[in-house]
Amino acid sequence: MQNLPWIILFTPLLSAVLIVLFTQRWRNLSALISIAAVFVSAAASIVLFRTLPDSTTAFQLPWLDFSALGIGFQVPIGITIDGLSKAMLLVVTCIGALIHLYSWAYMADDEGKSRYFAGLSFFMFSMLGIVFANNFLMMFIFWELVGVSSFILIGHWFYRPAPPAAANKAFICNRLGDFGFMLGILLVWTATQSVDFEVIKAKLPELAANPAFLPFATAAAICLFCGTVGKSAQFPLHVWLPDAMEGPTPVSALIHAATMVAAGVYMLVRVYFIISISPAAMEVIAVIGTITAVLAALMATQQDDIKRVLAYSTLSQLGYMVMAVGVASRDGAMFHLFTHAFFKALLFLGAGSVILACHHEQNIWKMGGLWKKQPITLLTFAAATLALMGVYGFSGFYSKDAILIAASEHHPWIFYAGLFTAFLTAFYMTRLFVVVFFGKARTEAAGHAHESPAVMLIPLVLLAIPSVVAGYHGVIANFLPTPAHEAASNVPYIASGLGLLGIALGFLLYRGQEKDPIRIPLLANKFYFDEFYALLIWNTQDLLARISGFIDRWILDTALVRGLSSGTWGFGFALRFIQCGNLQAYALLFGAGVVALFYFILFYK
Amino acid sequence: MVTLNDYLLVSGLLFALGLAGVLLRRNILIIFMALELMLNAANLSLVAFSRFGTVSGLPNYNGQMLVFFIITVAAAEVAVGLAIIVALYRARQTTNVEDLNSLKF
Repeated sequence: MQNLPWIILFTPLLSAVLIVLFTQRWRNLSALISIAAVFVSAAASIVLFRTLPDSTTAFQLPWLDFSALGIGFQVPIGITIDGLSKAMLLVVTCIGALIHLYSWAYMADDEGKSRYFAGLSFFMFSMLGIVFANNFLMMFIFWELVGVSSFILIGHWFYRPAPPAAANKAFICNRLGDFGFMLGILLVWTATQSVDFEVIKAKLPELAANPAFLPFATAAAICLFCGTVGKSAQFPLHVWLPDAMEGPTPVSALIHAATMVAAGVYMLVRVYFIISISPAAMEVIAVIGTITAVLAALMATQQDDIKRVLAYSTLSQLGYMVMAVGVASRDGAMFHLFTHAFFKALLFLGAGSVILACHHEQNIWKMGGLWKKQPITLLTFAAATLALMGVYGFSGFYSKDAILIAASEHHPWIFYAGLFTAFLTAFYMTRLFVVVFFGKARTEAAGHAHESPAVMLIPLVLLAIPSVVAGYHGVIANFLPTPAHEAASNVPYIASGLGLLGIALGFLLYRGQEKDPIRIPLLANKFYFDEFYALLIWNTQDLLARISGFIDRWILDTALVRGLSSGTWGFGFALRFIQCGNLQAYALLFGAGVVALFYFILFYK
Repeated sequence: MVTLNDYLLVSGLLFALGLAGVLLRRNILIIFMALELMLNAANLSLVAFSRFGTVSGLPNYNGQMLVFFIITVAAAEVAVGLAIIVALYRARQTTNVEDLNSLKF
């Protein structure tokens, strides 16, 4: 029992190390090691969930010790066990286990299978580190490790042009956010002299009693939120997530939909006691979340790549969660994180099944008519789609309404934006679903599609169950504190009405269409964010780089370094002509030199 | 009465003659002899300084000492130099310095 958290945390690391060091050449063995490791973690997580009491200090490993510097500051690898981490732990390990299993089939013919599974295992280790962290420094380091493993996995097919670029973009965007996160941690440390969550929590009420502390807390909270903006791909750093879809589809499902991007929300909930001191920071968080939710939903309506539609949908749902934290409903945020993890992972895995059936075709307009060829994929995908739309009876309905109710109590505009997003979500998911599964097969590949192998379908079915039932009060109450439900609220009816409207509109517009009947370039081009950022960077950072490049190339290199060397060379070249080989010329020069020497010594003062 | 200046004048003339020979003549043997002339110009001035620079009524023998050294060194130099010239002549079949110009870049 005493070793349970360590088993969960370090088994995936062990697997990654084993694969990298020993089994690189045996691809299937590597995959088996990785899958076995994640199943061990998942089983141990379930045992931990059932048996271990809440504690933040029972499990500690000594790690960083700064006492030699005279500041008596130690950071352990400490395990937090509470309701929050237990629920997150189950999400991460169970979805992780299913996705590992799915990857076995999806990556069956991939040359880099060993590398892929090592990356997945390493990701599991890093993610579990974030979930377990009981102090900021440990969380930050695992936070960065997650970024690294995400980088490795996005760039898995590094020999193609797009994935490495996407990996770089993801990593750089994350680093931008993480810089803010680090500043936030330093601010908190300055105020409390501690990075331990419990210690900070104990010290904060005393500090917060001083009104002068409020601006400081606001700054710290917003800096911490920067970490979320990067990792959970919130506006304005949302641009990396759609590009991250260049990675293998199971990676998109695990990292860029279910777990890693949710880590930002998890972190916000974990440090809620800091954020909640500052109403201004809460407003910022709510507004950023709302903007992300609406913008991403708008962009999703005009994407043609199946994974990109889902990516924008993920952005939009993450916006919901962040918004929920901002409107002081952390239970709602965690609830939505919990349900979203299941149905979004399922959506991505379903998309992977479709993509594989259509021979790696991702354009939805080149699919169609898959409903009779892939019945199980269709059914599970439908369950996840309905959950995402928030249709009554599916998990998303409950969690989305929890957020919308909290928003309606907070500020009407945020509430309206949330409703509009719900409408758009129903619309674009209907569009996706109708175009992919119904109508005629639009290409040869789609015509010859067939159902995926069982090892891929089992995770789909297993994920479909929580996608439906995870929202039921009797289920969720076992895992997370549920938001107080107000029976009198009419929010669910409004949201459901708008959702049905979106579904109806989607059906009417897209039924039997051969190509997209509406074209909105602004949305299809993602509000030109990428172009804007390219321009911005071209005019700021690149400008600086070009100037320093010019100075380096022409002034330092050419004028100084090469100038000096070629000047010396040229001088030597000119002097070479003195060496004419004529003995008497030498003698003359020698004599002239002696005369000159005497002249200078004797007469020149 | 012959003064020091007269000796030095002759010495200077001899030196100039030697230098001119070194710089202007083309035959390496002649250049070599002109070189000896310059050495002897130096010897002459040294002997003159020795004769006129008396120390407690006696000539300053330091100058004459130096002259002996120079004569010795010159003898050795002639031995080596002539040997080089002979070797050079055997190798190149010429004593004209304008044809011996391979010492360059």
